[in-house]
Amino acid sequence: MASIWRYILAGLGLAALLVGIMAAVYLTLPHSASGPDLSRSKKTANGLFVASFEPERGVVRQGELQSWMLTLKTAAGAPVEGAAITVSGGMPQHDHGLPTSPQATDYLGDGRYRIDGIKFTMSGWWQLHFGISAAAGSDSVVFNVVL
Amino acid sequence: MRRLTSVPCLLALAALALLGGCGEPQFSDAEKKAIASLALNTLPSLKPDTTNQYADAPAAAALGSTLFFDVGMSRDGTVSCSTCHKIDRQFQDDLPQAVGVGHTNRRTMPLAGVARNPWFFWDGRRDSLWAQALTPLENPLEQAGNRAAFAHYIKKRFGERYERIFGSLPDLSTVPANASPLGTDAEKTAWSAMPAAQQDDVNRVYANIGKAIAAFERSIDLQQTRFDRFAIDLGTGAKPEGDAAFSPEEILGLKLFIGKANCVTCHNGPRFTDNGFHNTGVPPVEGLPPDRGRVDAVAQVDADPFNCLGKFRDGDESACRELRFMVKDGPQIMRAYKTPSLRGAATRPPYMHAGQFATLEEVVAHYSKAPPSVEGVSEVHPLDLSERERAALVAFLKTLSD
Ligand SMILES: [Cu+2]
Repeated sequence: MASIWRYILAGLGLAALLVGIMAAVYLTLPHSASGPDLSRSKKTANGLFVASFEPERGVVRQGELQSWMLTLKTAAGAPVEGAAITVSGGMPQHDHGLPTSPQATDYLGDGRYRIDGIKFTMSGWWQLHFGISAAAGSDSVVFNVVL
Repeated sequence: MRRLTSVPCLLALAALALLGGCGEPQFSDAEKKAIASLALNTLPSLKPDTTNQYADAPAAAALGSTLFFDVGMSRDGTVSCSTCHKIDRQFQDDLPQAVGVGHTNRRTMPLAGVARNPWFFWDGRRDSLWAQALTPLENPLEQAGNRAAFAHYIKKRFGERYERIFGSLPDLSTVPANASPLGTDAEKTAWSAMPAAQQDDVNRVYANIGKAIAAFERSIDLQQTRFDRFAIDLGTGAKPEGDAAFSPEEILGLKLFIGKANCVTCHNGPRFTDNGFHNTGVPPVEGLPPDRGRVDAVAQVDADPFNCLGKFRDGDESACRELRFMVKDGPQIMRAYKTPSLRGAATRPPYMHAGQFATLEEVVAHYSKAPPSVEGVSEVHPLDLSERERAALVAFLKTLSD
Protein backbone atom coordinates (compact mmCIF):
# COMPACT_ATOMS: atom_id res chain seq x y z
CA MET A 1 0.00 0.00 0.00
CA ALA A 2 2.71 2.44 1.04
CA SER A 3 4.51 1.95 -2.23
CA ILE A 4 1.37 2.85 -4.19
CA TRP A 5 1.06 6.13 -2.28
CA ARG A 6 4.70 6.78 -3.02
CA TYR A 7 3.98 6.35 -6.74
CA ILE A 8 0.95 8.63 -6.53
CA LEU A 9 2.98 11.30 -4.70
CA ALA A 10 5.78 11.03 -7.22
CA GLY A 11 3.21 11.29 -10.01
CA LEU A 12 1.70 14.38 -8.42
CA GLY A 13 5.16 15.89 -8.02
CA LEU A 14 5.96 15.27 -11.66
CA ALA A 15 2.63 16.73 -12.72
CA ALA A 16 3.29 19.84 -10.64
CA LEU A 17 6.73 20.18 -12.22
CA LEU A 18 5.16 19.81 -15.66
CA VAL A 19 2.57 22.49 -14.90
CA GLY A 20 5.32 24.77 -13.61
CA ILE A 21 7.38 24.32 -16.78
CA MET A 22 4.34 24.82 -19.01
CA ALA A 23 3.52 28.00 -17.07
CA ALA A 24 7.08 29.26 -17.53
CA VAL A 25 6.93 28.55 -21.27
CA TYR A 26 3.52 30.19 -21.50
CA LEU A 27 4.72 33.30 -19.62
CA THR A 28 7.79 33.71 -21.79
CA LEU A 29 5.89 33.22 -25.06
CA PRO A 30 4.23 36.66 -25.24
CA HIS A 31 7.71 38.24 -25.14
CA SER A 32 8.81 36.61 -28.36
CA ALA A 33 5.47 37.44 -29.98
CA SER A 34 5.37 41.08 -28.80
CA GLY A 35 5.81 44.02 -31.18
CA PRO A 36 3.66 46.74 -32.67
CA ASP A 37 -0.05 46.19 -33.11
CA LEU A 38 -0.39 45.10 -36.73
CA SER A 39 -4.17 45.18 -37.00
CA ARG A 40 -5.42 46.72 -40.23
CA SER A 41 -8.70 47.87 -38.70
CA LYS A 42 -9.16 49.75 -35.44
CA LYS A 43 -10.98 52.48 -33.56
CA THR A 44 -9.46 55.95 -33.87
CA ALA A 45 -7.78 57.39 -30.75
CA ASN A 46 -10.93 59.03 -29.33
CA GLY A 47 -13.30 56.41 -30.66
CA LEU A 48 -14.98 58.72 -33.20
CA PHE A 49 -14.35 56.46 -36.18
CA VAL A 50 -13.40 52.94 -37.14
CA ALA A 51 -10.52 53.06 -39.62
CA SER A 52 -9.25 50.29 -41.89
CA PHE A 53 -6.02 50.51 -43.82
CA GLU A 54 -5.14 48.09 -46.61
CA PRO A 55 -2.79 48.15 -49.61
CA GLU A 56 -4.96 48.82 -52.66
CA ARG A 57 -3.46 45.92 -54.60
CA GLY A 58 -3.33 43.57 -51.64
CA VAL A 59 0.44 43.19 -51.34
CA VAL A 60 3.05 45.42 -49.76
CA ARG A 61 6.17 45.78 -51.90
CA GLN A 62 9.31 47.31 -50.52
CA GLY A 63 10.70 50.21 -52.55
CA GLU A 64 7.62 50.77 -54.73
CA LEU A 65 5.29 53.74 -54.70
CA GLN A 66 1.97 52.26 -53.72
CA SER A 67 -1.54 53.39 -53.00
CA TRP A 68 -3.40 52.19 -49.93
CA MET A 69 -7.06 52.43 -49.01
CA LEU A 70 -8.16 54.11 -45.79
CA THR A 71 -11.76 53.23 -45.05
CA LEU A 72 -13.56 55.33 -42.45
CA LYS A 73 -16.81 54.37 -40.72
CA THR A 74 -18.56 55.93 -37.77
CA ALA A 75 -18.81 53.89 -34.58
CA ALA A 76 -22.34 53.01 -35.76
CA GLY A 77 -20.93 51.68 -39.05
CA ALA A 78 -21.99 54.49 -41.42
CA PRO A 79 -19.42 55.55 -44.07
CA VAL A 80 -17.61 58.82 -43.26
CA GLU A 81 -17.93 61.23 -46.19
CA GLY A 82 -15.98 64.39 -46.95
CA ALA A 83 -13.17 63.76 -44.45
CA ALA A 84 -10.02 65.90 -44.55
CA ILE A 85 -7.06 63.56 -44.03
CA THR A 86 -3.45 64.34 -43.20
CA VAL A 87 -0.73 61.69 -43.40
CA SER A 88 2.60 61.55 -41.60
CA GLY A 89 4.79 58.83 -40.18
CA GLY A 90 8.20 57.23 -40.20
CA MET A 91 10.28 54.50 -38.62
CA PRO A 92 10.24 54.83 -34.82
CA GLN A 93 13.35 52.68 -34.37
CA HIS A 94 15.34 54.60 -36.99
CA ASP A 95 14.31 58.13 -35.98
CA HIS A 96 13.37 59.13 -39.50
CA GLY A 97 10.18 60.13 -41.24
CA LEU A 98 8.58 58.86 -44.41
CA PRO A 99 10.66 58.96 -47.62
CA THR A 100 7.63 60.34 -49.49
CA SER A 101 4.71 62.66 -48.68
CA PRO A 102 1.62 60.48 -49.11
CA GLN A 103 -1.71 62.22 -49.65
CA ALA A 104 -5.37 61.36 -49.71
CA THR A 105 -5.90 61.74 -53.46
CA ASP A 106 -9.38 60.36 -54.18
CA TYR A 107 -12.67 59.60 -52.48
CA LEU A 108 -14.04 56.35 -53.86
CA GLY A 109 -17.35 56.35 -52.00
CA ASP A 110 -18.52 54.17 -49.12
CA GLY A 111 -16.04 55.82 -46.73
CA ARG A 112 -13.04 54.75 -48.83
CA TYR A 113 -10.16 57.18 -49.36
CA ARG A 114 -7.18 56.45 -51.60
CA ILE A 115 -3.89 57.28 -49.86
CA ASP A 116 -1.34 57.49 -52.66
CA GLY A 117 2.43 57.96 -52.64
CA ILE A 118 3.30 55.49 -49.89
CA LYS A 119 6.76 53.97 -50.20
CA PHE A 120 8.48 51.74 -47.69
CA THR A 121 12.13 51.92 -48.63
CA MET A 122 13.58 49.59 -46.00
CA SER A 123 12.55 46.63 -43.92
CA GLY A 124 11.53 47.15 -40.32
CA TRP A 125 8.76 48.84 -38.36
CA TRP A 126 6.92 51.70 -40.08
CA GLN A 127 4.18 53.88 -38.61
CA LEU A 128 1.54 55.87 -40.45
CA HIS A 129 -0.34 58.56 -38.57
CA PHE A 130 -3.64 59.83 -39.95
CA GLY A 131 -5.32 63.01 -38.84
CA ILE A 132 -9.01 62.81 -39.73
CA SER A 133 -11.48 65.70 -39.72
CA ALA A 134 -15.10 65.07 -40.66
CA ALA A 135 -18.59 66.24 -39.69
CA ALA A 136 -18.46 64.09 -36.55
CA GLY A 137 -15.25 65.82 -35.39
CA SER A 138 -11.50 65.34 -35.52
CA ASP A 139 -9.63 62.25 -34.48
CA SER A 140 -6.43 60.39 -35.28
CA VAL A 141 -5.24 56.87 -35.78
CA VAL A 142 -1.88 55.14 -36.12
CA PHE A 143 -1.25 52.03 -38.20
CA ASN A 144 1.89 49.91 -37.94
CA VAL A 145 3.38 48.12 -40.91
CA VAL A 146 6.30 45.73 -40.46
CA LEU A 147 8.30 44.69 -43.51
CA MET B 1 8.06 20.02 -22.98
CA ARG B 2 9.01 19.35 -26.56
CA ARG B 3 10.33 22.93 -26.86
CA LEU B 4 12.54 22.52 -23.83
CA THR B 5 13.95 19.11 -24.63
CA SER B 6 14.74 20.26 -28.13
CA VAL B 7 17.07 23.01 -26.93
CA PRO B 8 19.96 20.71 -25.90
CA CYS B 9 19.43 18.79 -29.13
CA LEU B 10 19.74 22.01 -31.14
CA LEU B 11 22.87 22.99 -29.23
CA ALA B 12 24.39 19.60 -29.92
CA LEU B 13 23.50 19.88 -33.58
CA ALA B 14 24.97 23.37 -33.78
CA ALA B 15 28.19 22.16 -32.16
CA LEU B 16 28.36 19.27 -34.58
CA ALA B 17 27.72 21.56 -37.51
CA LEU B 18 30.51 23.88 -36.36
CA LEU B 19 32.93 21.01 -35.87
CA GLY B 20 32.02 19.10 -39.00
CA GLY B 21 31.35 22.02 -41.34
CA CYS B 22 34.96 23.17 -41.55
CA GLY B 23 34.06 26.81 -42.19
CA GLU B 24 31.19 26.09 -44.57
CA PRO B 25 28.71 28.98 -44.65
CA GLN B 26 26.11 28.78 -41.94
CA PHE B 27 23.25 31.15 -42.47
CA SER B 28 19.94 31.40 -40.69
CA ASP B 29 16.76 31.39 -42.76
CA ALA B 30 16.42 35.14 -42.17
CA GLU B 31 19.98 35.67 -43.41
CA LYS B 32 19.36 33.51 -46.45
CA LYS B 33 16.28 35.56 -47.25
CA ALA B 34 18.23 38.80 -46.90
CA ILE B 35 21.04 37.49 -49.13
CA ALA B 36 18.59 36.31 -51.80
CA SER B 37 16.95 39.76 -51.86
CA LEU B 38 20.29 41.33 -52.84
CA ALA B 39 21.10 39.01 -55.72
CA LEU B 40 20.97 40.37 -59.25
CA ASN B 41 18.58 37.63 -60.40
CA THR B 42 15.82 39.31 -58.35
CA LEU B 43 16.15 42.51 -60.39
CA PRO B 44 12.89 43.03 -62.28
CA SER B 45 13.03 43.85 -65.97
CA LEU B 46 13.46 47.52 -66.78
CA LYS B 47 10.10 49.32 -66.86
CA PRO B 48 9.24 51.43 -69.90
CA ASP B 49 9.74 55.17 -69.43
CA THR B 50 6.45 56.62 -70.58
CA THR B 51 7.77 60.17 -70.14
CA ASN B 52 10.20 59.49 -73.01
CA GLN B 53 8.43 57.93 -76.00
CA TYR B 54 11.83 57.36 -77.64
CA ALA B 55 13.32 55.57 -74.61
CA ASP B 56 13.37 52.19 -76.33
CA ALA B 57 13.73 53.35 -79.93
CA PRO B 58 17.03 51.96 -81.30
CA ALA B 59 17.56 54.95 -83.61
CA ALA B 60 17.20 57.32 -80.65
CA ALA B 61 19.67 55.25 -78.60
CA ALA B 62 22.12 55.29 -81.51
CA LEU B 63 21.91 59.07 -81.85
CA GLY B 64 22.13 59.35 -78.06
CA SER B 65 25.30 57.29 -78.06
CA THR B 66 26.81 59.56 -80.72
CA LEU B 67 25.93 62.64 -78.67
CA PHE B 68 27.21 61.03 -75.44
CA PHE B 69 30.72 60.71 -76.88
CA ASP B 70 30.71 63.92 -78.96
CA VAL B 71 32.91 66.71 -77.58
CA GLY B 72 31.09 69.02 -79.99
CA MET B 73 28.33 68.97 -77.36
CA SER B 74 30.13 71.60 -75.28
CA ARG B 75 30.98 75.28 -75.38
CA ASP B 76 34.59 74.93 -76.43
CA GLY B 77 34.44 71.54 -78.12
CA THR B 78 36.47 69.73 -75.47
CA VAL B 79 33.93 68.06 -73.16
CA SER B 80 31.34 65.33 -73.73
CA CYS B 81 29.26 63.25 -71.33
CA SER B 82 31.99 60.61 -71.69
CA THR B 83 34.67 63.00 -70.42
CA CYS B 84 33.45 62.24 -66.89
CA HIS B 85 31.39 59.11 -67.60
CA LYS B 86 34.29 57.07 -69.00
CA ILE B 87 33.15 53.94 -70.80
CA ASP B 88 36.12 51.83 -69.61
CA ARG B 89 35.81 53.06 -66.00
CA GLN B 90 32.21 52.10 -65.16
CA PHE B 91 31.17 55.43 -66.71
CA GLN B 92 32.84 57.45 -63.95
CA ASP B 93 36.18 59.28 -63.75
CA ASP B 94 38.03 58.20 -60.57
CA LEU B 95 38.21 61.84 -59.43
CA PRO B 96 36.96 63.20 -56.08
CA GLN B 97 35.02 65.86 -58.00
CA ALA B 98 34.21 65.87 -61.70
CA VAL B 99 36.17 68.17 -64.00
CA GLY B 100 34.52 69.42 -67.17
CA VAL B 101 35.06 72.92 -68.52
CA GLY B 102 35.59 73.80 -64.84
CA HIS B 103 35.96 71.99 -61.51
CA THR B 104 32.61 70.84 -60.09
CA ASN B 105 31.73 70.13 -56.47
CA ARG B 106 30.44 66.56 -56.88
CA ARG B 107 31.74 63.07 -57.55
CA THR B 108 30.79 61.62 -60.98
CA MET B 109 28.28 58.80 -60.56
CA PRO B 110 28.66 55.50 -62.46
CA LEU B 111 25.89 54.68 -64.95
CA ALA B 112 25.19 50.91 -64.70
CA GLY B 113 21.49 50.51 -64.03
CA VAL B 114 20.98 54.29 -64.04
CA ALA B 115 17.63 54.03 -65.85
CA ARG B 116 16.16 52.44 -62.73
CA ASN B 117 16.67 55.53 -60.59
CA PRO B 118 13.66 57.58 -59.54
CA TRP B 119 15.97 60.54 -58.87
CA PHE B 120 19.18 61.74 -60.51
CA PHE B 121 22.37 63.37 -59.24
CA TRP B 122 23.54 62.90 -55.65
CA ASP B 123 20.79 65.22 -54.44
CA GLY B 124 18.01 64.14 -56.82
CA ARG B 125 17.65 67.55 -58.46
CA ARG B 126 16.28 65.93 -61.61
CA ASP B 127 13.47 63.38 -61.87
CA SER B 128 14.12 61.63 -65.18
CA LEU B 129 17.12 60.33 -67.06
CA TRP B 130 16.41 62.66 -70.00
CA ALA B 131 16.01 65.73 -67.79
CA GLN B 132 19.26 64.74 -66.06
CA ALA B 133 21.16 64.52 -69.35
CA LEU B 134 20.27 68.15 -70.15
CA THR B 135 21.71 69.58 -66.97
CA PRO B 136 25.49 69.12 -67.51
CA LEU B 137 25.07 70.40 -71.09
CA GLU B 138 24.35 73.89 -69.76
CA ASN B 139 26.27 73.77 -66.48
CA PRO B 140 29.14 76.29 -66.88
CA LEU B 141 31.46 73.88 -65.02
CA GLU B 142 30.56 70.86 -67.15
CA GLN B 143 29.74 71.15 -70.85
CA ALA B 144 29.02 74.87 -70.53
CA GLY B 145 26.88 75.10 -73.66
CA ASN B 146 23.52 76.77 -74.23
CA ARG B 147 20.36 75.31 -75.70
CA ALA B 148 20.15 77.61 -78.73
CA ALA B 149 23.70 76.65 -79.72
CA PHE B 150 22.87 72.96 -79.20
CA ALA B 151 19.79 73.25 -81.43
CA HIS B 152 21.89 74.83 -84.20
CA TYR B 153 24.59 72.20 -83.75
CA ILE B 154 22.10 69.32 -83.99
CA LYS B 155 20.61 70.78 -87.15
CA LYS B 156 24.02 71.22 -88.73
CA ARG B 157 25.62 67.91 -87.72
CA PHE B 158 22.76 65.46 -87.16
CA GLY B 159 19.73 67.10 -88.81
CA GLU B 160 18.76 64.11 -90.89
CA ARG B 161 19.17 61.57 -88.09
CA TYR B 162 17.27 63.84 -85.73
CA GLU B 163 14.34 64.29 -88.12
CA ARG B 164 14.04 60.55 -88.79
CA ILE B 165 13.43 60.03 -85.07
CA PHE B 166 11.73 63.17 -83.81
CA GLY B 167 10.15 64.66 -86.95
CA SER B 168 10.90 68.01 -88.56
CA LEU B 169 13.28 70.41 -86.90
CA PRO B 170 11.77 73.86 -86.31
CA ASP B 171 12.88 76.89 -88.30
CA LEU B 172 15.98 78.06 -86.45
CA SER B 173 16.96 80.81 -88.90
CA THR B 174 16.04 83.62 -86.51
CA VAL B 175 17.17 81.84 -83.32
CA PRO B 176 20.26 83.56 -81.84
CA ALA B 177 23.51 81.58 -82.02
CA ASN B 178 23.71 81.56 -78.24
CA ALA B 179 20.71 81.85 -75.93
CA SER B 180 19.48 80.16 -72.77
CA PRO B 181 17.48 81.09 -69.68
CA LEU B 182 20.38 79.73 -67.59
CA GLY B 183 23.47 80.97 -69.41
CA THR B 184 25.62 84.09 -69.29
CA ASP B 185 23.97 87.50 -69.04
CA ALA B 186 24.20 87.90 -72.81
CA GLU B 187 22.63 84.46 -73.36
CA LYS B 188 19.83 85.25 -70.91
CA THR B 189 19.13 88.56 -72.63
CA ALA B 190 19.06 86.85 -76.03
CA TRP B 191 16.73 84.19 -74.65
CA SER B 192 14.25 86.62 -73.15
CA ALA B 193 14.13 88.51 -76.48
CA MET B 194 12.93 85.37 -78.27
CA PRO B 195 9.17 84.94 -78.83
CA ALA B 196 7.61 82.31 -76.56
CA ALA B 197 6.86 80.01 -79.50
CA GLN B 198 10.50 80.11 -80.55
CA GLN B 199 11.66 79.38 -76.99
CA ASP B 200 9.32 76.39 -77.07
CA ASP B 201 10.80 75.20 -80.35
CA VAL B 202 14.32 75.32 -78.97
CA ASN B 203 13.26 73.71 -75.70
CA ARG B 204 11.64 70.90 -77.68
CA VAL B 205 14.85 70.18 -79.60
CA TYR B 206 16.78 70.40 -76.35
CA ALA B 207 14.42 67.96 -74.58
CA ASN B 208 14.80 65.54 -77.51
CA ILE B 209 18.60 65.65 -77.13
CA GLY B 210 18.08 64.50 -73.53
CA LYS B 211 15.64 61.81 -74.63
CA ALA B 212 18.14 60.42 -77.15
CA ILE B 213 20.97 60.36 -74.61
CA ALA B 214 18.64 58.70 -72.09
CA ALA B 215 17.69 56.05 -74.66
CA PHE B 216 21.39 55.21 -75.00
CA GLU B 217 22.00 55.20 -71.23
CA ARG B 218 19.13 52.77 -70.66
CA SER B 219 21.28 50.08 -72.25
CA ILE B 220 24.01 50.39 -69.60
CA ASP B 221 23.22 47.47 -67.35
CA LEU B 222 24.45 45.91 -64.14
CA GLN B 223 26.78 42.92 -64.38
CA GLN B 224 26.70 39.69 -62.41
CA THR B 225 29.37 39.48 -59.74
CA ARG B 226 30.94 36.86 -57.46
CA PHE B 227 28.39 37.78 -54.82
CA ASP B 228 25.52 36.96 -57.20
CA ARG B 229 26.97 33.57 -58.05
CA PHE B 230 27.42 32.86 -54.33
CA ALA B 231 23.86 34.00 -53.56
CA ILE B 232 22.34 31.89 -56.32
CA ASP B 233 24.18 28.78 -55.09
CA LEU B 234 23.15 29.51 -51.51
CA GLY B 235 19.54 29.89 -52.62
CA THR B 236 19.46 26.63 -54.55
CA GLY B 237 21.37 24.73 -51.87
CA ALA B 238 24.28 24.03 -54.22
CA LYS B 239 27.76 24.23 -52.76
CA PRO B 240 29.37 27.39 -54.15
CA GLU B 241 32.33 26.28 -56.27
CA GLY B 242 35.31 28.09 -57.72
CA ASP B 243 35.10 31.86 -57.42
CA ALA B 244 31.51 31.63 -56.15
CA ALA B 245 32.89 30.18 -52.89
CA PHE B 246 33.36 32.84 -50.22
CA SER B 247 36.30 32.96 -47.82
CA PRO B 248 35.51 32.94 -44.07
CA GLU B 249 36.34 36.67 -44.04
CA GLU B 250 33.90 37.41 -46.88
CA ILE B 251 31.22 35.39 -45.13
CA LEU B 252 31.79 37.36 -41.93
CA GLY B 253 31.58 40.58 -43.93
CA LEU B 254 28.34 39.51 -45.57
CA LYS B 255 26.85 38.57 -42.19
CA LEU B 256 27.84 41.96 -40.79
CA PHE B 257 26.47 43.73 -43.87
CA ILE B 258 23.02 42.20 -43.45
CA GLY B 259 23.24 42.08 -39.65
CA LYS B 260 25.02 44.03 -36.95
CA ALA B 261 26.47 46.72 -39.23
CA ASN B 262 22.99 47.61 -40.60
CA CYS B 263 24.36 48.41 -44.07
CA VAL B 264 21.44 46.60 -45.71
CA THR B 265 18.98 49.02 -44.11
CA CYS B 266 19.69 51.52 -46.89
CA HIS B 267 21.80 49.45 -49.30
CA ASN B 268 18.95 47.05 -50.01
CA GLY B 269 17.57 45.20 -53.02
CA PRO B 270 19.56 43.88 -55.99
CA ARG B 271 20.95 47.37 -56.70
CA PHE B 272 22.05 47.84 -53.09
CA THR B 273 20.15 51.10 -52.77
CA ASP B 274 16.82 52.21 -51.35
CA ASN B 275 16.83 55.10 -53.86
CA GLY B 276 16.41 57.41 -50.88
CA PHE B 277 18.30 60.37 -49.44
CA HIS B 278 20.05 60.20 -46.10
CA ASN B 279 22.25 62.34 -43.92
CA THR B 280 25.04 60.01 -42.82
CA GLY B 281 27.31 62.67 -41.37
CA VAL B 282 29.70 62.77 -44.32
CA PRO B 283 31.83 65.89 -43.78
CA PRO B 284 31.92 68.78 -46.26
CA VAL B 285 35.08 69.36 -48.33
CA GLU B 286 37.06 72.46 -47.51
CA GLY B 287 37.24 74.92 -50.36
CA LEU B 288 34.06 73.75 -52.11
CA PRO B 289 30.92 75.92 -52.16
CA PRO B 290 28.32 75.24 -49.44
CA ASP B 291 26.44 72.00 -50.17
CA ARG B 292 23.27 71.06 -48.30
CA GLY B 293 22.24 68.15 -50.53
CA ARG B 294 18.60 67.19 -50.91
CA VAL B 295 17.15 70.16 -49.03
CA ASP B 296 18.21 72.53 -51.84
CA ALA B 297 17.46 70.08 -54.65
CA VAL B 298 13.71 69.83 -54.08
CA ALA B 299 13.14 73.44 -55.20
CA GLN B 300 15.39 72.86 -58.22
CA VAL B 301 13.52 69.79 -59.45
CA ASP B 302 10.21 71.54 -58.78
CA ALA B 303 11.28 74.50 -60.90
CA ASP B 304 12.82 72.47 -63.73
CA PRO B 305 10.75 73.06 -66.91
CA PHE B 306 11.84 69.59 -68.07
CA ASN B 307 10.48 67.81 -64.98
CA CYS B 308 7.78 65.18 -65.20
CA LEU B 309 4.96 67.68 -64.71
CA GLY B 310 6.30 70.00 -67.43
CA LYS B 311 5.10 70.14 -71.01
CA PHE B 312 8.01 68.21 -72.53
CA ARG B 313 6.98 64.96 -70.88
CA ASP B 314 5.45 62.32 -73.15
CA GLY B 315 2.62 60.12 -71.88
CA ASP B 316 0.35 61.08 -69.05
CA GLU B 317 0.86 62.54 -65.60
CA SER B 318 0.45 59.19 -63.85
CA ALA B 319 4.21 58.71 -64.40
CA CYS B 320 4.93 61.67 -62.11
CA ARG B 321 4.09 60.23 -58.71
CA GLU B 322 7.67 60.42 -57.39
CA LEU B 323 7.68 64.16 -58.03
CA ARG B 324 4.11 64.62 -56.86
CA PHE B 325 4.71 62.86 -53.55
CA MET B 326 8.25 64.06 -52.91
CA VAL B 327 9.23 65.22 -49.43
CA LYS B 328 9.79 68.96 -49.75
CA ASP B 329 10.87 69.99 -46.28
CA GLY B 330 11.65 68.74 -42.81
CA PRO B 331 14.93 68.16 -40.98
CA GLN B 332 15.62 64.77 -42.57
CA ILE B 333 16.55 66.21 -45.98
CA MET B 334 19.24 68.55 -44.67
CA ARG B 335 22.60 67.34 -46.02
CA ALA B 336 20.85 64.21 -47.24
CA TYR B 337 22.40 62.52 -50.28
CA LYS B 338 21.30 59.58 -52.40
CA THR B 339 22.20 56.07 -51.30
CA PRO B 340 24.62 54.94 -54.03
CA SER B 341 24.63 51.42 -55.35
CA LEU B 342 27.54 49.36 -54.02
CA ARG B 343 27.86 47.23 -57.12
CA GLY B 344 31.30 47.84 -58.58
CA ALA B 345 32.12 50.32 -55.81
CA ALA B 346 35.31 48.57 -54.67
CA THR B 347 37.04 49.34 -57.97
CA ARG B 348 36.02 52.97 -58.22
CA PRO B 349 37.40 55.05 -55.35
CA PRO B 350 37.13 57.74 -54.08
CA TYR B 351 33.79 57.66 -52.27
CA MET B 352 30.86 59.85 -51.23
CA HIS B 353 29.23 62.81 -52.94
CA ALA B 354 32.41 64.87 -53.12
CA GLY B 355 34.99 62.07 -53.00
CA GLN B 356 35.58 62.60 -49.29
CA PHE B 357 37.00 59.13 -48.63
CA ALA B 358 39.89 57.66 -50.59
CA THR B 359 39.33 54.00 -49.69
CA LEU B 360 36.58 51.59 -48.66
CA GLU B 361 38.42 51.20 -45.35
CA GLU B 362 37.82 54.91 -44.72
CA VAL B 363 34.16 54.56 -45.67
CA VAL B 364 33.61 51.64 -43.29
CA ALA B 365 35.54 53.44 -40.53
CA HIS B 366 33.26 56.45 -41.01
CA TYR B 367 30.10 54.37 -40.58
CA SER B 368 31.59 52.52 -37.62
CA LYS B 369 32.44 55.78 -35.87
CA ALA B 370 29.32 57.68 -37.08
CA PRO B 371 30.40 61.25 -36.35
CA PRO B 372 27.63 63.86 -36.04
CA SER B 373 26.70 65.88 -39.12
CA VAL B 374 27.91 69.46 -39.47
CA GLU B 375 24.32 70.43 -40.28
CA GLY B 376 21.14 68.43 -39.82
CA VAL B 377 21.17 65.09 -38.02
CA SER B 378 23.05 61.99 -39.12
CA GLU B 379 20.87 58.89 -39.32
CA VAL B 380 23.72 56.51 -38.51
CA HIS B 381 24.75 55.44 -35.04
CA PRO B 382 28.18 54.25 -33.89
CA LEU B 383 28.83 50.57 -34.50
CA ASP B 384 32.25 50.28 -32.89
CA LEU B 385 33.30 47.54 -35.26
CA SER B 386 36.59 45.80 -34.55
CA GLU B 387 39.45 46.02 -37.01
CA ARG B 388 38.71 42.44 -38.09
CA GLU B 389 35.04 43.26 -38.67
CA ARG B 390 35.83 46.38 -40.70
CA ALA B 391 38.26 44.40 -42.85
CA ALA B 392 35.61 41.70 -43.33
CA LEU B 393 33.08 44.26 -44.57
CA VAL B 394 35.60 45.57 -47.08
CA ALA B 395 36.33 42.00 -48.20
CA PHE B 396 32.63 41.42 -48.76
CA LEU B 397 32.21 44.69 -50.70
CA LYS B 398 34.95 43.54 -53.05
CA THR B 399 32.82 40.53 -54.02
CA LEU B 400 30.43 43.05 -55.63
CA SER B 401 33.14 44.05 -58.09
CA ASP B 402 34.70 40.74 -59.15
CU1 LIG C 1 14.58 53.28 -41.53
